[in-house]
Amino acid sequence: MPFGNTHNNFKLNYKVEEEFPDLSKHNNHMAKILTKEIYGKLRDKQTPSGYTLDDVIQTGVDNPGHPFIMTVGCVAGDEESYEVFKDLLDPVISDRHGGYKPTDKHKTDLNFENLKGGDDLDPNYVLSSRVRTGRSIKGYTLPPHNSRGERRAIEKLAVEALTSLDGEFKGKYYPLKSMTDAEQEQLISDHFLFDKPVSPLLTCAGMARDWPDGRGIWHNDNKTFLVWVNEEDHLRVISMQKGGNMREVFRRFCVGLQKIEEIFKKHNHGFMWNEHLGYILTCPSNLGTGLRGGVHVKLPKLSTHPKFEEILTRLRLQKRGTGGVDTASVGGVFDISNADRLGSSEVDQVQLVVDGVKLMVEMEKKLEKGEAIDGMIPAQK
Amino acid sequence: MSENIEKISENMAKLSLKWLSADDEFPDVRNHNNHMAKVLNLEMYKLLRERVTPNGFTIDGVIQTGVDNPGHPFIMTVGCVAGDEETYEVFKELLDPVIEARHGGYKPTDKHKTDLNSGNLKGGDDLDPDYVLSSRVRTGRSIRGFCLPPHCSRGERRAVEKLSVEALASLSGDLKGKYYALKNMTDAEQQQLIDDHFLFDKPVSPLLLASGMARDWPDGRGIWHNDNKTFLVWVNEEDHLRVISMQKGGNMKEVFDRFCTGLTKIETLFKERGHAFMWNEHLGYVLTCPSNLGTGLRAGVHVKLPNMSKNAKFEEVLTKLRLQKRGTGGVDTAAVGGVFDISNADRIGFSEVELVQMVVDGVKLLVEMEKRLEKGQSIDDLMPAQK
Repeated sequence: MPFGNTHNNFKLNYKVEEEFPDLSKHNNHMAKILTKEIYGKLRDKQTPSGYTLDDVIQTGVDNPGHPFIMTVGCVAGDEESYEVFKDLLDPVISDRHGGYKPTDKHKTDLNFENLKGGDDLDPNYVLSSRVRTGRSIKGYTLPPHNSRGERRAIEKLAVEALTSLDGEFKGKYYPLKSMTDAEQEQLISDHFLFDKPVSPLLTCAGMARDWPDGRGIWHNDNKTFLVWVNEEDHLRVISMQKGGNMREVFRRFCVGLQKIEEIFKKHNHGFMWNEHLGYILTCPSNLGTGLRGGVHVKLPKLSTHPKFEEILTRLRLQKRGTGGVDTASVGGVFDISNADRLGSSEVDQVQLVVDGVKLMVEMEKKLEKGEAIDGMIPAQK
Repeated sequence: MSENIEKISENMAKLSLKWLSADDEFPDVRNHNNHMAKVLNLEMYKLLRERVTPNGFTIDGVIQTGVDNPGHPFIMTVGCVAGDEETYEVFKELLDPVIEARHGGYKPTDKHKTDLNSGNLKGGDDLDPDYVLSSRVRTGRSIRGFCLPPHCSRGERRAVEKLSVEALASLSGDLKGKYYALKNMTDAEQQQLIDDHFLFDKPVSPLLLASGMARDWPDGRGIWHNDNKTFLVWVNEEDHLRVISMQKGGNMKEVFDRFCTGLTKIETLFKERGHAFMWNEHLGYVLTCPSNLGTGLRAGVHVKLPNMSKNAKFEEVLTKLRLQKRGTGGVDTAAVGGVFDISNADRIGFSEVELVQMVVDGVKLLVEMEKRLEKGQSIDDLMPAQK
């Protein structure tokens, strides 16, 4: 999978120069790293499930990228991809994750009690709080590569695990292919429904195959804990609520995730994880914690201040529009979240969001009163 | 080489055998409306998933586009593609019934005849240019020894391009022309090709994308045309080659003459370089989509039929004449100003000459009917028998 790569050995009849992709107009991490030498070294390899170098890079070949947005340009088809193709993926990871070295160790900390504060972000400014991550189930290949049978097995396991949750986590699963119109409407109104991917970054990697077979959405009755099954990753886990109580969102996130992991382990399927890369996900950009913790926050004044970008960089935060990645902000409301994924723990990253947003709201209030914020500019975190 | 292929094929077969059962893997096509979905069942899938072509193409590769595109209640798509010449043999249990359903009952034992001798066409040089605005014939060709667009590697695609460019560069006379590689095109060249309606885009149809035909775009793709802009070849779009002959007006004979001459010359040039077109006596010319087997030929005109097209018997006449209508933007577009694209409906089981003859005779009749209706006269006596 995804396409013409099942005859990998046949391609060896052609020389490296004949098969090497034309990346002259490309601007993504893969294109910056891949050389004929690396291609030549890796092209006759495959993972135990048959994933090849051309599979890894297809999305980056098909999507030259954007002059301003640096996409990753490669994906993993299984856990072993990160090992078999390390000559490509280690440098890509290093570039994408601020110099993370092949020898570095990643720490996982899902103990929400280690978070300081986070329960008092001003709800007049912080409209909503959300934490998301992804998880891959050991023993199965990833969305670019998996077969219908594997995808269904993942769905079955996920549904079993999720339906055994109770208390605040009691909920229901909605498979995409048998959703009623009423259910679909409701999920759309709740902003829970995910669409068939249209982004060529995903479709070129084969992640939309067999849609909507094996895909679905689970959420708890309170609509504060949501799991996407078989979209970009095996599982995407989301905790969210209105207002600024990030502490509560993170608590629910950690507790829910750990409950789910326990159940998977009982079925002899843990999550893919190792001490170097943390949680293994399809896209190298999501390695480590795979975590994006963020808020929708009103910053009409601060966002027009000349130092806004600098402040975000120093706080290790990034901004997006409220429609998600690559959208524009509306009415001065921004999506502010952690920029890092790998090399710091979940607690570390959510702490950065909590502390950083608190500071930015204070700055916003100062600017509202016409006061200067120069003394508040933070040091680089 | 063939021993190597066998070994590779064996290894490929081992790889492609998933560790889950056919039941676990069988696609859910219960709500699908395409030829593949109507033919495929669990027993067939069980049998075919054990096989792989020598180039490593599997049943899942064949059907992916049909699984991903359930189809339309009114338009019956094919829902499967070939990744190489051997696909049609290795997966015949699926493809034979698909071919039969798509091509009006064409049986696995039927023989297809090829006739590219344009001298055998009767008439065709006198379609009334007041009604017939333009004439066009297109087909596809695959180069034996290479995998098809859903499955080929970059190296193969570039080799197909290189061979094609070499062959086309040796055409002369009114076929002398130039190749424009998609990835090196200047803005000026691109604009000119757009104005000439020659430029083809990266596919956006999910039917094509889901089968992997757009991989590595625009690497290895290009457009060649002669100086007169009457003979055009697309390289590595949906098929290895798409060959098109066209001109304004109603002289279909001239269009077909040029088509046959050009095609035959190109085939000779390829043969001189040790490469034949994929062809066999059962399926005729082998192309990526089963709908294009046989001649792969669509011959058509843009013709003004404002009265005829509103006549109650229009569809019936087309069916009897073995013709189909499209809008002037191509398949699935609407007609504009009463101008229709009228072309042959069949591809296999009839030769090229026979199909173009049907278009020539059929359009001549349709224009006569149009003229009658203009004068308020009846067309009942002109109704044709089923061809």
